[in-house]
Amino acid sequence: MSEHQALKRPIITLPFLLLAAVALIGLYFLAIRFTSGMGFVTNLNSGYAWGIWVVYDIVVGTALACGGYALAITVYVMNRGEYHPLIRPALLASLLGYALGGLGAFIDMGRWWQFYNIFLPWHMNFNSVMLEVGLCVAAYILVLFIEFSPAFLEKFGANRLLKSLNKVLFAIIALGVLLPTMHQSSLGSMLIAMGYKVHPLWQSLHIQPLLAVLTALIMGFAVVVFEASFTAVGFRRPSETPLLTGLGKGVVGLLSLYLIIRFVELLLRGKLGLIFAGDLGSWMFLLETALFIFPLLVLLSPDRRQRGPYLLYAAVSMLFAGTLYRFNAFLINYDPGPGYSYFPSVSEIMVTAGVVAIEIMAYLFLVKKFPVLHSADPA
Amino acid sequence: MKRRDFLKASLGGTAALLGSGAAEARGNLEPAEDAIGMLFDATLCIGCKACVSKCKEVNGMPPVAMGDETQYDAARDLSPQTLNVIKVYTEGEGLHKDQTVDGFAFEKRSCMHCVDPGCVSVCPVTALRRHPKTGIVTYDADACIGCRTCMVGCPYNVPQFDYRNPFGEIHKCQMCNQAGVERVDKGMITGCAEVCPTGATLFGSRKALLEEARQRMTLTAGELYNYPRGDVRSPDSHHEKAAPSYQQHIWGEREAGGTNVMHVSAIAFDKLGMPPLGERSYASISETVQHTLYSYLALPAVALAGLTFVVRRNTRDDEGGDS
Amino acid sequence: MAVNEFDFTAVEKRLGVSRRTFLKFCTGVAASLGLSSKAGMAMAEAVADPQRRPPVIWLHGQECTGPSESLLRSEQPSLEHLILDLISLDYHQTLDSGAGHQVEAIKKKAMRENKGKYLLVIEGAIPLANDGIFCKIGGETMVDITNEAAEHAAAIVAFGSCASWGGVQSADPNPTGAVGAPQLLSGKTVVTIPGCPPNPANFIGTVLYFVTYGKLPPIDEKGRPKWAYGRLIHENCYRRPHFDAGRFAEEFGDEGHRKGYCLYKLGCKGPETYNNCPSLEFNNVGGGVWPIGVGHPCFGCSEGGVGFSKPLFSLADVKTHTPPNMFPSIDDREGGAGISTGAAAITGAAIGLAVGATAMAAKKLDAKERNEN
Repeated sequence: MSEHQALKRPIITLPFLLLAAVALIGLYFLAIRFTSGMGFVTNLNSGYAWGIWVVYDIVVGTALACGGYALAITVYVMNRGEYHPLIRPALLASLLGYALGGLGAFIDMGRWWQFYNIFLPWHMNFNSVMLEVGLCVAAYILVLFIEFSPAFLEKFGANRLLKSLNKVLFAIIALGVLLPTMHQSSLGSMLIAMGYKVHPLWQSLHIQPLLAVLTALIMGFAVVVFEASFTAVGFRRPSETPLLTGLGKGVVGLLSLYLIIRFVELLLRGKLGLIFAGDLGSWMFLLETALFIFPLLVLLSPDRRQRGPYLLYAAVSMLFAGTLYRFNAFLINYDPGPGYSYFPSVSEIMVTAGVVAIEIMAYLFLVKKFPVLHSADPA
Repeated sequence: MKRRDFLKASLGGTAALLGSGAAEARGNLEPAEDAIGMLFDATLCIGCKACVSKCKEVNGMPPVAMGDETQYDAARDLSPQTLNVIKVYTEGEGLHKDQTVDGFAFEKRSCMHCVDPGCVSVCPVTALRRHPKTGIVTYDADACIGCRTCMVGCPYNVPQFDYRNPFGEIHKCQMCNQAGVERVDKGMITGCAEVCPTGATLFGSRKALLEEARQRMTLTAGELYNYPRGDVRSPDSHHEKAAPSYQQHIWGEREAGGTNVMHVSAIAFDKLGMPPLGERSYASISETVQHTLYSYLALPAVALAGLTFVVRRNTRDDEGGDS
Repeated sequence: MAVNEFDFTAVEKRLGVSRRTFLKFCTGVAASLGLSSKAGMAMAEAVADPQRRPPVIWLHGQECTGPSESLLRSEQPSLEHLILDLISLDYHQTLDSGAGHQVEAIKKKAMRENKGKYLLVIEGAIPLANDGIFCKIGGETMVDITNEAAEHAAAIVAFGSCASWGGVQSADPNPTGAVGAPQLLSGKTVVTIPGCPPNPANFIGTVLYFVTYGKLPPIDEKGRPKWAYGRLIHENCYRRPHFDAGRFAEEFGDEGHRKGYCLYKLGCKGPETYNNCPSLEFNNVGGGVWPIGVGHPCFGCSEGGVGFSKPLFSLADVKTHTPPNMFPSIDDREGGAGISTGAAAITGAAIGLAVGATAMAAKKLDAKERNEN
């Protein structure tokens, strides 16, 4: 009980109000989307059926919400209990990220009033990657909620429920590791079916699921560092740098593994030449790779790993790298053929911005009202 | 579990995934035994757009306005209002029909009714199906959730979502056999093939059409050939015409597993806007990966068992340490 | 000379038509040539001036005299006078009242006297096989007659399909080796007015233009005046909307045929035949008097390589497409919008915000760590 505590600070602050304004604008456009149709809000067309609502809200959004997943592996699978203090805020961020990813999917769903068809066995298509993603994400949101529920139970003092939950929590945690592995890999598998539309530098076919899981983990760890750094600065709490240093070391391994697999795939399939083709694809690849290599170089040095700012720079670079990787594969270097073009419209971006604003507002509210952050060392 | 073990296990899993990918690969689907389809001969098309207009009539679709005025149907491409459209290839002066340089050619865009359809493979709710007998790729709006994965998974960008409708749905050619139309079931042929004045769009079984297409491949340029109109097996009529210089390529014979709607032309298909496809369907690769990972949920089940064991052991340690 | 001041009484007397009919005719011809009514007046003046009437030598080769007949059967009363009075018809084998050596002598004299000034009209094909023996007049072959007349002609007009490209007798196997005047007179400019029969209006217009301006109207590579033969029949056909909508007569007398549907499937050659029949029709009686108008497919009488060459009911090759039948190019797509400035600005701002916030947080973190240590 003493492990975590609410921040007990005022909810209504200037940033909160600004976020509320963004959220309201987003809601306004959402109203248009549901009353008139998606075409009046988005720039989607027959070539680009998926825009930022899918690619940012779901594909990138859930990866940014992989902090809980990454820490669950660290703490519960690799048995590094020392990182336990980081886990609850990470779970909250994951819960919010995934919940809003689910909301994003609903917003983007053209025939949303039939969404439940995905849960009806007689409608299911077990060949479909999308089905697997949909079911896994839905299940994982539930799992995250249960994983995070001790925060609510503690707040409301439901101790008995908390005790019985703790008895079965291990099974939920196991699911909480399995499910993201499944659907994050499937987000990669989805690219396979898009075939030639995905630029060869990103169309790794059989390797897609592996690269997707690796980038999800990299982004998961990065987001833990990012969140911890901003919490420390924003709420003027002691920095978590000593803990993050260890994570930084682990990330070096992940980054190296990712880069090796990525380049070996390009080498074996003879696509290395495309890197220097000088077109959009090649520039984007170079930028993306630079964003992956930069944190590797930063974190290789044990000295820098112990410095908060360096960890933060590395983390943000990884977040950009992973985000760009997914944007490249799904949107920027997704080419359905000549004549098609897409760039999100202002209203489309504002809906996404609104969703993100709601996510941050909910995070701020919950950490201030519920025991999420671990108790600060008695200073 | 040590980190080393974990890495080892995950690498092992990866290796298994990659290795088994080849072993259990799902190949391309085979054409339905009695698949029906159409053969579009671009060299016969005169650009009269009778097929476009008949298609709109059969499917009850409005003309596409150009600017503010609707005088003629001005469809530029497939859209929720257009399931079939005639497009033109032009090069240089664009004077000579079916000539690559300084020439022009017509090309039809409509659902190709793939033998191994990407849209069917990716649809989470089985709204798109390949009819077991006819091979027609059908759509069921009552099942559809509007995720539009079919649009992304179609190599020809055929499925069209009606974005400008709050209750929009996917629109695609269903070979005039959707509920309420059922032309094929009634023994009729597709609207576009029925009205085509030159037999550029020819209806028939995939086998018979393939035979016809192969026959055309053997023609030398200028040789007179009796082209059938309507249904390849029982044509309404024929007309004699000198054969063009055909590309030795029947689009849809093998591309990504083949299609039931096939094209022949005197101009290379990449110039006519056909996508860069190999013989293997992306659906088969995607399903191979998916089935390797999720066959009977065996792999996830084993993984879950292992994870549960490890997590239980580790949380116990935690509890012991904490309390 | 201003038109208003022009004295038409002489014309009225000479041609036996009213001033009104005369002017209407001239402006009508000018309009069909795509010229202004001012040009019509200029034509009227040119015609009215007896000094400007060109002498004409009119030759007949292998043919049925269809062109002359169609010219003489122009619709309005007295107009045949007008036509013949436009020109000074010095020699015309079927119209000349005289015959034999006398006429041939007149022809030679006229050609000699009007050297370089006369208009040569050729009607009928010219056989080349066996030294041209298949068509002889006054002991001379048509080849020689044509070459002789063409040498000092001011302008040469081939009237009718036979003279323009060989016509019916040039159809396979072409035993007489019949060719049109342009083929024989290669190197000379020959205006062709093809048609079987040709529309008299196309001839009159061309000649009037020549009389008025002293030069030939713009012609295409086959020598056809562009004002008359610039467009496919298909382009101006009033059955075209049926073609565009895919409504075709399947056989003669069927429902589509009775309803006036497009005759393409019956072998109409409108899509590959250049002529102005849909707008001029024939005989100026209205009511759609021309082949397609009365329900028969165009057979391409004026188009070399189509008329008398292609089977009557074989499908035409559609040559060209004009609005309203526009075609989207292969890469044309519906919808799709580019990057809006606003969207680009917001995207940039979002990335900037993330980077800026990171830099600020890193700075504070740095300060904090320094303090803590």
